[in-house]
Amino acid sequence: MHLVYPVVIAALLFSAGVYGVLARRNAILVLMSVELMLNAVNLNLVVFDMRWADRLHGGQVLTLFVIVLAAAEVGLGLALVLLIYRNRQTVDVDRLRTLGEHEEEGVRQ
Amino acid sequence: MIVLAAVAVLLPFAAAFIGMIFGPTISHLLTPIARHLRHTAPESGRARGLARRLPANGPALVAVLPIAASTVLTAVIAVVQWQAPKVRTGTLTVVQTGGVPFGIGLDVDGMSAVVALLVCCVALAVQVYSVAYMRDDPRYSSYAAFISLFTAAMLLVVLSGDLLVLYVGWEVMGICSYFLIGHYWHDRATSKAAVKAFLVTRLGDVGFLFGIFVLGMAAHSFQIRTVLGHVPAMPHTTLVAGTLLLLCGVAGKSAQFPLHTWLPDAMAGPTPVSALIHAATMVAAGVYVVARLYPAFLFAPTSLAVLGVIAAISMLGAALAALAQDDLKRVLAYSTISQLAYMAGGLAVGTRDGALFHLLAHGAFKALLFLGAGCVIVAVGSNMLSAMGGLRIAMPVTFWSMTVGFAALAGLPPASGFFSKDTILSQAWHTTKQRGPEHVPAIPAWTGWLVLAVGLLTAAVTAAYATRTWLVTFFGERRTPADAREAPALMRWPVAALAVPALILGFLGLGSDHLRPELDMTIVSLLFVLAGGGAVFLIWNRDPALDPVRMLGPVRPLLRDGFRVDAVYTVLVVRPVVAFAQMVVHTDEHAVDAAVEGTGRGVRRLGGLLRVTENGNPQTYISGVLAGVVIIVLAVVVFT
Repeated sequence: MHLVYPVVIAALLFSAGVYGVLARRNAILVLMSVELMLNAVNLNLVVFDMRWADRLHGGQVLTLFVIVLAAAEVGLGLALVLLIYRNRQTVDVDRLRTLGEHEEEGVRQ
Repeated sequence: MIVLAAVAVLLPFAAAFIGMIFGPTISHLLTPIARHLRHTAPESGRARGLARRLPANGPALVAVLPIAASTVLTAVIAVVQWQAPKVRTGTLTVVQTGGVPFGIGLDVDGMSAVVALLVCCVALAVQVYSVAYMRDDPRYSSYAAFISLFTAAMLLVVLSGDLLVLYVGWEVMGICSYFLIGHYWHDRATSKAAVKAFLVTRLGDVGFLFGIFVLGMAAHSFQIRTVLGHVPAMPHTTLVAGTLLLLCGVAGKSAQFPLHTWLPDAMAGPTPVSALIHAATMVAAGVYVVARLYPAFLFAPTSLAVLGVIAAISMLGAALAALAQDDLKRVLAYSTISQLAYMAGGLAVGTRDGALFHLLAHGAFKALLFLGAGCVIVAVGSNMLSAMGGLRIAMPVTFWSMTVGFAALAGLPPASGFFSKDTILSQAWHTTKQRGPEHVPAIPAWTGWLVLAVGLLTAAVTAAYATRTWLVTFFGERRTPADAREAPALMRWPVAALAVPALILGFLGLGSDHLRPELDMTIVSLLFVLAGGGAVFLIWNRDPALDPVRMLGPVRPLLRDGFRVDAVYTVLVVRPVVAFAQMVVHTDEHAVDAAVEGTGRGVRRLGGLLRVTENGNPQTYISGVLAGVVIIVLAVVVFT
């Protein structure tokens, strides 16, 4: 199999992830888009591992690491989203702006 | 001998600290013992009364016992000094400084021994008196401790052999005076009076310190005896400058014109404090220091002339002001200024012994008068003379003691004030006619005339106000509540005990040639005294219900306000200083603060440009990050 197919698929996946992170308003979908990006990277790692085929299979090992990290990250992220929903009754990223610098003094919430 | 003196100084000093820290604890420990004594005491009246009163009062014991011991020690020193007069010195250590070294040590001579004895006696009387007077005061413990500390500081001033050590005692006295005037600090007027006393005396102390420096540098030593030994060799200008600077401090501490305004206000403190500090001892310290450094002043007749002028103004002005006061304690305060001016006048005309003689006599009779006034005030419940009258029958002990005191104040024989005042006046008369010892420059004759004339006038005015106060307080119509009774024994007996020296101290002067009154001057001054006192008596006799001072008419408010010196100072000093302070505040707020705040505001406004991007939406931020990555990647691709 030519190397270009999986790389193009990974690029498409990553772009979809970037689009989701930048454009979606629902926080859960933003998290899922992050997963998409991570998995695009995973795909790349596996593909290039096959291509180089080094003795330690660093690419595959790294993929496992990324999967574990992604699982942990999603767990944490979903918990945060859940808490935010309980507090605010919304998970709309556009409306969660309390971290912003507001016009004067930066103390008003 | 020096060890005895050192112990006498250190005992009250230790008492002050122990009383301050452990006073209430000692009371706590003593309570069971006192209760036990109360129960086992026999039924017979006197012993039982004593046992009941035996105080479970730790601060009082800590205050009274050490000062009693010090009194005994100073009495021993005085007796030894009297039998074998010589200067005894002792130096603990000499402190090497960068420049002139100073020694920590004591000097005992006849003069300091006698004054130390006076200080201890008055302090003992005041401490005993305070046990009863301040019985219900919640802060008695710190009060007694400060009196002890004051006593230690005064003894240090009296006995010190070194100018810098003397200055330490001098300043400690000042701070004790501040704390004790402000004992009732929750009253606004009292704390203001304390601050005023502190600031005014501090103004003089600055001059005093520099005077010490001038003399010490010129002699290359701060040892008093060394300094005095160098005096004949010092340049005249140095001596005049040094002594004039010393006079600033003397005027501040001894409440002489123009720094006298703090003393009448200082009467806001408790009455025993007024007796100890603002009448008998601390205010006399200024006069004592001049006497101690008298050889230096003798070689600087200019300073003595200045001292004479200050004394003349204070003497007559304060006596006139005392005549018109409505408040018993303020009468005594102004009379203190006037009597201290007598001592200063005596020094100005060249009689150190006469001035010290008057210092001792005044210490005894003025402490007596103040403590008596305290008894009267407790009985009447007011300081005002208008609330008193006819107390002669109700308070016999106080009446007779204070009669002695007023006689001494007015200068009536045979009370002590008569002898000491006449010594000063005779010496003033001598100064007008003949020059003093050959080896020193002559004191100007006009100083003698000034002190003599003003002194005689003041004698008349003094007799007038003494008579007036005596009559208004103890005679005439009774205006007090019917239950006004004699003060408790602990207050009564110190007053009565002080009446003895106030009465007989004058006869001690008969033993010395310098202090024996001369017949012609005695007659002249007695005529003045009788004229002043008699005039007041005649006016009063016309209508005993009224205050004889009504005859002053329109001048009275002016005199009552002490010639409005305070108002003049308000215009000349207080207002400009306050205006200047407001200007500084204004500059601080509108220039310094504005610069600081303006910098902050400017930076914040500059940051506002960037703040626009920080809108709180993380997606915007990530878009920025992505754009950055894209730009970097493009740059890498294009430029490599």
